[in-house]
Order: sequence, then C-alpha cells, then structure tokens
Amino acid sequence: MTTPSLVLELKQVCKHFPGVKALQDVDLRLFAGEVHALLGENGAGKSTLVKVMTGALAKSSGEIYFNSQNCSFASPAAAQQAGISTVYQEVNLLPNLSVAQNLFLGHEPRRFGLIQHQKMQQQAQQLLLRFKLNIDVSAPLAQYSVAVQQLIAIARGVAMSAKVLVLDEPTASLDSSEVQMLFDVMRQLRDQGVAIVFITHFLDQVYQISDRITVLRNGSKVGEYLAADLPRARLIEAMLGKELQQLTHQAATTTPAAAELLLVLNNIAVKGSISGISLTVAQGQAVGLAGLLGSGRTEVCRAVYGVDALSQGEIQFGGRTLRLQQPADAIKAGIALCPEERKTEGIIGPLSIRENIMLALQARRGWWRYLPVKQQQQLAAFYIDKLHIATPDAEKPIEQLSGGNQQKVILARWLAINPQLLILDEPTRGIDIGAHAEILLLIKSLCQQGMSLLVTSSELEELVAFAGKVVVLRDRQKVTELSGDTMTAPHIMQAIAEG
Amino acid sequence: MMSVRYLPLWITAALLCLMFGIGGWQFDGFASLIVVSNLFSDNAFLLIVALGMTLVIISGGIDLSVGAVIALSGVAASLLISQYQWHPLLAFALILPVAALFGALMGVLIHVYKLQPFIVTLAGMFLARGLATTLSEESVAIDHSFYDAIAEFGFVLPGGGWVGASTMIFIVLLLLVIVLMHYSRFGTYVYALGGNSQSAELMGVPVARTTIAIYVLSSVLAALAGIVFTFYTFSGYALAGVGMELDAIAAVVIGGTLLTGGSGFVIGTVLGVLLMGVIQTYIIFDGSLSSWWTKIVIGLLLFGFILLQKLLSRRTALTTAARSTAHG
Repeated sequence: MTTPSLVLELKQVCKHFPGVKALQDVDLRLFAGEVHALLGENGAGKSTLVKVMTGALAKSSGEIYFNSQNCSFASPAAAQQAGISTVYQEVNLLPNLSVAQNLFLGHEPRRFGLIQHQKMQQQAQQLLLRFKLNIDVSAPLAQYSVAVQQLIAIARGVAMSAKVLVLDEPTASLDSSEVQMLFDVMRQLRDQGVAIVFITHFLDQVYQISDRITVLRNGSKVGEYLAADLPRARLIEAMLGKELQQLTHQAATTTPAAAELLLVLNNIAVKGSISGISLTVAQGQAVGLAGLLGSGRTEVCRAVYGVDALSQGEIQFGGRTLRLQQPADAIKAGIALCPEERKTEGIIGPLSIRENIMLALQARRGWWRYLPVKQQQQLAAFYIDKLHIATPDAEKPIEQLSGGNQQKVILARWLAINPQLLILDEPTRGIDIGAHAEILLLIKSLCQQGMSLLVTSSELEELVAFAGKVVVLRDRQKVTELSGDTMTAPHIMQAIAEG
Repeated sequence: MMSVRYLPLWITAALLCLMFGIGGWQFDGFASLIVVSNLFSDNAFLLIVALGMTLVIISGGIDLSVGAVIALSGVAASLLISQYQWHPLLAFALILPVAALFGALMGVLIHVYKLQPFIVTLAGMFLARGLATTLSEESVAIDHSFYDAIAEFGFVLPGGGWVGASTMIFIVLLLLVIVLMHYSRFGTYVYALGGNSQSAELMGVPVARTTIAIYVLSSVLAALAGIVFTFYTFSGYALAGVGMELDAIAAVVIGGTLLTGGSGFVIGTVLGVLLMGVIQTYIIFDGSLSSWWTKIVIGLLLFGFILLQKLLSRRTALTTAARSTAHG
C-alpha cells in the first residue's frame, strides 16, 4: 500500500455560538482512500464539525487545509465545487423536485445551456442501480420512503464527490441489507481514493467499515485512533469520558430505605420504540437513565410524560395507575419534563423570561384565571434570584440567554408548579461548565426537599454524582440497574458496552 | 396515470373549457376565435405580470409591487415620449433597467436581511405608486407614430380574430419563461428554493443570486406589462393597475401553483388568467349581470382552489412528517 496522502486537515478549529463553545481546538486529519469514523455522544460537536468543514457554518477560528492549501469554504456550494460533498443527518433534499433533479441539482447535463432531461434521467437511473434501486426517477422525491430518500441523498453525494464524501448518520433510517449495500459502495469509493467521513452511533458499523476513528467529546477532540487498535470498550470510554476511570464513587444522595415508591413503570412498551421496561423511583430519589444515543432514554421520558402512548404495561404514580393521553394529564398528576431539545421543545424563543416561567403555572390555573402581572413579576424575580439566572431583567426574550440560563428558566417553569416528579432529559447538554455545576447542585437540593427526579445524561460522572440508582438501557431495553457500591462510572460503561 | 401535481392544472383547464362551452351554447359568437384572441389582447398585461408572479410564488415568495410598477413604468414611458420627445424604444431602454434595479433592491433586502417578501414588496408597492403619482397626477396621453405603428402591427386570424403586438410579446415571453423554468438550472433553483430553501442552500444552490434574479425578473416583467398597457390605452396613468398584483396572485393560485412555493406551472397561470377573462366575457355577453359578478365568481374559485391545495399538501405533509421523526 502506498502512503496515503492527506486530503483534508483541520487545525485548532473552534466554533462558538452565543453562550456555547460548540467546538474547541479540534484537529482532524483525513487521508485519501480511507473511511474515517467521527464519533462522539449527542452534543459532542460532530454535526457542527461537519458543517464547518463543508462550508455550511463559518468557523470562529482555526485553519482548514484542503490538498495542502489553506482554505475555508464560504458556502456548501463552494465546498462542493472543490470536491467535498455532504449527506447531512436529516435528509436534505427537495421533496418537490424529481429524483433525477435532486441527484443532479446544480450539475445537470446541459447542451447549449439547456438541461437535457432525458440524459439526466438515464444517468440518474444508472447511478441508482449501484444501490440496487430501480425506481421512476422522474417522480417527485416525496413519493418515496425515508429509506429510499436517504439512499438517494447518499447517491447524490457519491455522484458529486471527487475527493471527500461526508456521511452524517447515513444509516439511521436504513435496514441492515441497505446498510450493507451502502458499505459496498463506500468500499468501492474508498478503493478509488475517495476519503470518506462516516458519522454514526452504531458502533458495530464503525468496526465493520472504518479504518480510522476520531472521537469528539464536549466539542473537543479526545483522540485519533486506528480502528484496528481500538477495542470497543476503550472507544466507549473515549466517547463518554476517559477520566471516569479514575473517579471513585461519590457519595450519592442516599434515599432512606423506607421511602415510598412514587413512580413504578411496570413492563412498559411503546410501539416502534422501547419495550419491556420496568423501573421504580422513590419519593425524594434521583434515578439516572444511562445509555448511548438511541438506547431509549428519551423515549422512556416521553412515555412517562404522556407524549407517546403505551402499547403495553402500566405506569403507577403515587399508588394509582395513570392513564396518560397527553402531557397535560401528566402535568395534572404532578409530572414535569425538561426536554432534551431545549430550543424546539423547551423554550418559546421570542417570549420573555417571565412569560416562559409562567407558562406551566398559568396553564394549570386555566386561562381565565389570569395571574396578575405584579405576581408574575414577583415570581420571576424569585426564580431569577434563586437559580442565579444571569439576566439584566425578567423581560428579556429567552432566546437571547445562554443555553445554561435557558435551562434554568425551564427548570423554574416547572418548579413554579412544584411537581412531584421532575424528568430531566439531558439537563446539562450544551451548556457551559459553570451553569453545569449549578444545575447539578439544584438537582441535589430538590431531592433533599423530597422531589423525585428521573434524569438522563450522557455524562456518567454526573449521573453517579447525584443519582440514588442508575438504570442502564441498550437497544431500547433495560439492561441492568446499578446502585450503591456497584454504581460506578466504569460499571455503567461496561453495562452499556456489553452485547 | 395522472400525477397529483397536475391535478389543479387539469381542473383549471376543464373549468376553462366548461365556461367556454356554456358561453358558446348560450350565446352566438362566444365560441369564436375573435373572443379567444380578445382574451389574449385584453389581458396581455395581466398575463405578462402573472408570468413573473408565478416565478416568485413558486420560489416561495410574493411580489405585491407589480401593480404599482405597471403604473410607474406607464407614466414614465408616456412622460418621456410626450413631454421629453424621446423615441419610445429609447424610453423603454431606460425604464427596463431601472425596473431591474428596483427588483434587485427588493431581492437584496429579502435575501440579505432575511425579511419577509410580503413586507418588502409592500414597501416597494408604496414607493413605486408614490413615485408614479409624483411624476404626474394626471393621465398622460401618448401621441407618437411608433404607437400608431404598434397598434396596426399584427395579423388577422381566420374567422376574424386579431393577433396584435401585445399578444405576440406575451407569447414570446411565455415561451422564454417556460424554457427558463424547465430547461435551465435557474428554473430548477427556483423550484428548489420554494421546496425548502435551507436544503437548497446545503445542496449548493446559489440562493442569493437566485433570489435576486427572481425579483429582478418579476419587476422587469411588470415594467414590460406597464409598457404593453400603454399600447392598450395610449396613455400612462399613476392610478393604473391598482390591485392588479392581487389579480395576478389569484390567477397564479387558480392555475394550480402552491402559495407555499415549490410547485406549479407557468402554463397553469395562463389558464388562470384566461379563466378569469372568460368569466368576464361571459358576463359581458349576458349583459344583465353586474360586472362585479366577475369578482364574486373569482372569489368563490379562489376558495375552492386553496381548499384543494390544502388537501393536496396534506398528502405530501404526511410523507415529510415521516422524515422528520427520524430522531433517536
């Protein structure tokens, strides 16, 4: 094998959003003719890195070398022109255009400046045959299933790519035979000298196809490894935090043995997602949910909060069986949820901090019992002070706050109705270190006051610090439950990795 | 097999034939080439404006300024010709680039500052209408040999219809726009922007250039419509074309173009304008109905078509919803 040449190199790339450092001094080396897996937990910065690399986002600092030339792409079009094409995580095609138009948008075969539709459709047909897709390429894309659309997106990337092909979670909606087909094409391209960046959270697939692995965590590079030299356990260690191993088990908020059970999940399942999950949360106990992305953490939270309907099993809450048809039922019972997707499911951006805090309380009072503005202001001021929300005043639109402060506002929203069970889905994701610690302290003090919590987190260190017990999920099923002396980060990691 | 995409188009075409049939059955001389050719020549300016509007709406935007641009270009042309003794062609050669600049300005505002096309073109509408009125509050008559020649230019159809300069200009423009929309990259980009501008950008569509070009085209076509309107009236008037942007939008929607963008055909818009024209002709032939009945029928048609759009887009929404839930 000849020595591979460096195609793309990122040096000390940083990307800052207001209040968040999404990427911190990230290096990445990409060689011709290799499949390079880019790994990391949710929020580690993979997608941001891809966007910076391909011109969809401007970097804040650092350097990008393409074929040893210092360059930075002003737009995805510029990157494509240079020979870097990208298949983004969500299918980013145009449902209203035909399959052929989607495949060749911007690169249509032309004669005298006019698009040759027939030629384009023939080429499209041929291209898709590589993926064993024999479909009508003149039909609008919207007519096809997500899996087919995903393959078309990949085929577009393949057709465009001269040197670098970036695949961001391409296999999420493919079944195993489609995945193998994709891998065949990837191997073909690799042998032709194309450099492929492959992002996924399916570790099996990483080992099937990758030559080299770069791991990101919290926006920083953890390391670059040859896939063959990196055992799976060490990979997970790198993804979830290497320093964990040295951590000793911290004294968690232990629950008195006599504490009553508040929440009992009895073998619950949701059609198409989690199955057969049982767990209990006692009064004043914090229970952690651990597992990789896609393991079913978020789905459990959603089921308990009444977002997704149960297909099996039951939820007992305070001794009674709950029938949840919608989140409002859960709120009425005394259950609250801070969702993982803060921006889209948590905050109402243009509304002020005060209005965001008031939402849940006002909803519970009913709209015709309006809370006087004066009282609202007092309440908002109380929580701004109590949770140390950094803002000049309560009337600032919440979208102008940093991630950590937004999270505190959402916490305040639920504290205002004093729920019995507070579900926190990744409460510390994407927020800075200071706010991070404050939120952890808050969780502890809430437990001491008798509130029960169900918390998911990718940061095991964090879970171990406050949880009375940790439930480990894998493949949307419960694997084990750890508490007391066995509840250590390495143990949890082992439970996540096995299988 | 008929695709759902073409359904509104077929419905409009069927309605047009139906109206024509009813008219022909009730009145002598309704189903004749004279009526058909008059439909084109009486509505040439609206047809031309509606071409541009179709482009804008397919791209997911809207252009409210076109009615005012028609007035401005008409007034400017008649002033230059009558008061300043310019040759009409010279006047047109000045007006069209200025209109292009006007459209470019709106496009830049829409793209660079991410402003709503609705509000930007509303501002453009006030600006153009105000400018036109400042130039002349009175109607300005045009008396020039070139205009007389234009009026005589054309040929007679068998059966007595007349194809004049305005109709010919429209047909040339129609062909150009069809080629542009379906055989050029620009056309695909317009559809792409209307489909999903974010995806389009990620797929490498030059969004800035395309957006600006769309509004330039719309303004230029509106200015051309204003010029064609002066062929029709032999004058320029600052209050001409009031509400014509709305007629154009109505024609586009009746022609089957989705107001949300991404889907539609120029030819549908032509059918839309003709349908509106046939309804008007029918009412004129009838003689007993108030001409406002045209508006009532168009109102009802619009309701019907937006309802149809909603039903069709709900079908596509189902497939897109399935895509967006793919998150672990």
